[in-house]
Amino acid sequence: MEILFSVTVAVLVGTGIYLILRARTFPVVMGLMLLSYGVNLFLVAMGRLHSGLPAIIKEGVDYTDPLPQALVLTAIVIGFAMTSFITVLALRARGELGNDHVDGTKDREPGR
Amino acid sequence: MLLLFLVLLPFLGSLLSLWSAHQSRSVCTWLTAVAPAVGLVLLLSQGPAILAGELLTVHWRWIELLGLSLSFRLDGLSFMFALLVLAIGLLVILYGRYYLSGKDSHGRFFSLLLLFMGAMMGVVMSNNLLLLVVFWELTSLSSFLLIGFWGHRSDARQGARMALTVTGAGGLALLAGVMILGHIVGSFDLSMVLAAGDQIRAHALYPVALVLVLLGIFTKSAQFPFHFWLPHAMSAPTPVSAYLHSATMVKAGVFLLARLYPALSGTDLWFVIVSVVGLSTMTLGAVVALFKHDLKGLLAYSTISHLGLITLLFGLDTRLAVVAALFHIVNHATFKASLFMAAGIVDHETGTRDIRVLSGLRHYMPVTAALGLIAAAAMAGVPLMNGFLSTEMFLNESLQQNVLGNASWLIPVVAVFAKVFSVAYALRFIHSVFFGPRPGELPKKPHEPPFFMRAPVVILVVLCLAVGVLPALVVGPLLAAASASTTLAPLPEYTLALWHGFNRPLLMSATALILGVGVYAKRQVMFDLWNKLPPLSAPEVFENTLHHKLIRSARWVTRTLENGRPQSYLLLLFVFTISLAGIALWPLANLQGSRPLMPLDFPTVAVALTIIGAAFATVLLHHKRLVALLFLSVVGLGVALAFARFSAPDLVLTQLSVEVVSIVLLILILYLLPAHSPRDSSYARIGRHVAVATAGGVGLGLLTFAVLTRPFDSISSFFLEHSVSGGGGTNVVNVVLVDFRGFDTFGEITVLAIAAIGIYGLLDGMRLFDPKRRLLRNFSREKHSMLLSVLNMPLLPLALLISVYIFMRGHNLPGGGFIAGLITAIAFILQYLTNGLQWTNQRLSDNFHPLVAAGVLIAGLTAVASWFFGKPLLTSAHDHFHIPLIGDIELASAMAFDLGVYLTVVGATLLILQNLGKLKPLTGEQTEGGA
Repeated sequence: MEILFSVTVAVLVGTGIYLILRARTFPVVMGLMLLSYGVNLFLVAMGRLHSGLPAIIKEGVDYTDPLPQALVLTAIVIGFAMTSFITVLALRARGELGNDHVDGTKDREPGR
Repeated sequence: MLLLFLVLLPFLGSLLSLWSAHQSRSVCTWLTAVAPAVGLVLLLSQGPAILAGELLTVHWRWIELLGLSLSFRLDGLSFMFALLVLAIGLLVILYGRYYLSGKDSHGRFFSLLLLFMGAMMGVVMSNNLLLLVVFWELTSLSSFLLIGFWGHRSDARQGARMALTVTGAGGLALLAGVMILGHIVGSFDLSMVLAAGDQIRAHALYPVALVLVLLGIFTKSAQFPFHFWLPHAMSAPTPVSAYLHSATMVKAGVFLLARLYPALSGTDLWFVIVSVVGLSTMTLGAVVALFKHDLKGLLAYSTISHLGLITLLFGLDTRLAVVAALFHIVNHATFKASLFMAAGIVDHETGTRDIRVLSGLRHYMPVTAALGLIAAAAMAGVPLMNGFLSTEMFLNESLQQNVLGNASWLIPVVAVFAKVFSVAYALRFIHSVFFGPRPGELPKKPHEPPFFMRAPVVILVVLCLAVGVLPALVVGPLLAAASASTTLAPLPEYTLALWHGFNRPLLMSATALILGVGVYAKRQVMFDLWNKLPPLSAPEVFENTLHHKLIRSARWVTRTLENGRPQSYLLLLFVFTISLAGIALWPLANLQGSRPLMPLDFPTVAVALTIIGAAFATVLLHHKRLVALLFLSVVGLGVALAFARFSAPDLVLTQLSVEVVSIVLLILILYLLPAHSPRDSSYARIGRHVAVATAGGVGLGLLTFAVLTRPFDSISSFFLEHSVSGGGGTNVVNVVLVDFRGFDTFGEITVLAIAAIGIYGLLDGMRLFDPKRRLLRNFSREKHSMLLSVLNMPLLPLALLISVYIFMRGHNLPGGGFIAGLITAIAFILQYLTNGLQWTNQRLSDNFHPLVAAGVLIAGLTAVASWFFGKPLLTSAHDHFHIPLIGDIELASAMAFDLGVYLTVVGATLLILQNLGKLKPLTGEQTEGGA
């Protein structure tokens, strides 16, 4: 199970990095989302993998580590804020420059 | 208190000068003179105590974590230097009033001068090494401003730049050296450092610390090979030169040499470095001075030479050498200040400083000539003057040296050699300028300067003579106190007297005087020789080789790295991050730890394979954006399932709702961006990127595996134990969010709010570029789905009810403000999607700013509220309440905080999406909205 989990994290991070390195804004946004999925899984994994042990206090049971979960919860929400901000930034850049290249240079033929 | 006031006084005075800048020049001068005059009186009031050997200290705590404290000391050494700084400063101010022309801003000049004076006072009186470095840097900075005072002249700018570069670099070295000293001693307190000399010298890092500190000292005191900045600092106004190069700036270096003498001296390394540097500087300065045709240039090299002499004395192996060094510091300050002032008078009254043009000025300004003659005689070490006494002590010490081993005989020989030249250039200064035939054409008709311009010179020259004739009476006690506090050891027997009988030092002096006159007489031969040497211009070497090459390579680095392409920045960023992490983690012995592996089960494998497959599909199809986006949402849902599998119910809810909002957002955006990405990466680039991505992915995957298979001890047991008792909730994740780590959460919702406002700002007044205008018309004709519309009607209240439920139970079961907020937002977004923007806006306010603000405000107020109960920020209270009909319910004040979170999330999400959705009707038809 641990191997499968690690492979999944590896794939998400790898595909995320590749897309972030693309030259157009939209793939970069998608890459960023993939990267945050990978990183969030990675962070949750810092509390190790447990099945069926949610951190809800009851009598006489064991719990998973709640701290990484709390951090990841806010990370997801902040990730959303960040994603929306850069998508809108990309949109604005396209509006101003006429293309969606990440270099942000003006191009003569809009809407390539 | 008095000590602090002494240091602050010049800084306060500096403000006074600025304030009075618009007054007449005399008023400004007098107001400027107040600060050093008051300081001088205060300092002298402490004189009796200090001369009796007392040590005054004051101490205020400042930044204790860094070892920095506001502490000052006044002992013999600082007293002597403070006296020089204030007294000569006062004379320079008086002199400067007459020197500056009406065009110069005297307010600015005097205020800079006092700023510099304050920095010097700080250096000599600091009792904390870090504080000393701060003031040290301040002297570098303020001297930069003073040297470059005539900023319209390129030589002034160049000289200032050079001085700042050299002394600033030295200051950095000094800071590093001081850090090491503090590390060795365990304190930056000067008293402790001075007492820990043996510990410092025995430490392995001693050589490093010594060299770094000496670098700072040698750059400041213009020691060879860092001497080249000083002659070019002569482009400053003459009062500045008189001040900086006699009593202050360059003396800061030798002051530190004296200050740290008990801590650093006494080793072979110290003796060899300090004496060799001092010896070579002394000789070089003395020889070059003779060949300078500029009066101030001559004095500059003479200053270098004398500083070399003082440095050499500190590097000699006898205690008496320290006394001689301190004595010479005082003497040099007095005669050099007066000589600079005399040179300034000549320049001021004749319009030139070129020795080859000047001649016979005694016919026009006999008094100045006489004053210059006496000061120059002191410089050359002629009997009856102060310079003679300290030179005599120096020669006496030079004879008893063993510091250079078998080569120690070099010291007295080189000393006499340097003294020959020193006599020769002193003669040149006097004879060529004031004697000989009347001069030819001069830029101005020379005459005596105003009385008060000459007065400072008179005072200094009288001092030279007084010390020279009655040394024991005039400086004896001061010197004894300064020497005692420098060496922190009993002083050897010595007598300050004009006449010590016929002895070898006297013989050496006499030889040097006679040979010096001979060299001056034959100077034409020497000049011819000198002119045959290849010309070497320090500014050219400095600017071309050092400065320009440095700047050019810096520009090259910037151009190469900062090429304006974020794509390559990101690539670099990833490569560096991955390599750094890789290097750090490489030594990991075995990948798999001791923790037992969990068994695989079919559903988990299926979900994992789905995530992996969908992630690859997103990449492979990313040119077709909409398809890729759909695969991306599959990944997101898969991740939510993964959270569910591994005991993270709160994350499942959050991930699901964020996923919905994000995908809606991206589809909205996609409507306004091209539907396809062009293929514009070359195969080589794709290859590089795949390599980096693979390295990053595999690296993090391996790291994940390594972590997962290792047992660990988490701090979370604290949260698990105290969740119910301290936070009043059984859902530990939520309690962590709103209680234990509430401050973080507060920061996070603030970020969310800022992002929302930022997006609003970005979209406001945006010039929309819509390539699909024609397409849009086709799409927007489409009716909204009736089925969805109808279904949606009862869905909104239901969804809201669920969000309230999720919110209320959040403290005890999975849920909470974040999740409830997202659910509410989704419910409203569904309204926009099914019924369109206009329809919804008729029924719902489209102004979400107040909601965001209210959310942050409520969370903030809840956090602060605990103050009113005398508790720290964010302390939560909780209790059981019995509410009729509903029953027992436990409420925690943290719920109010969570309410703030909820409102912020709802407001921010709706603000973002609704504003994006609004964009379309601007270009499309006026009635439709939504996606």
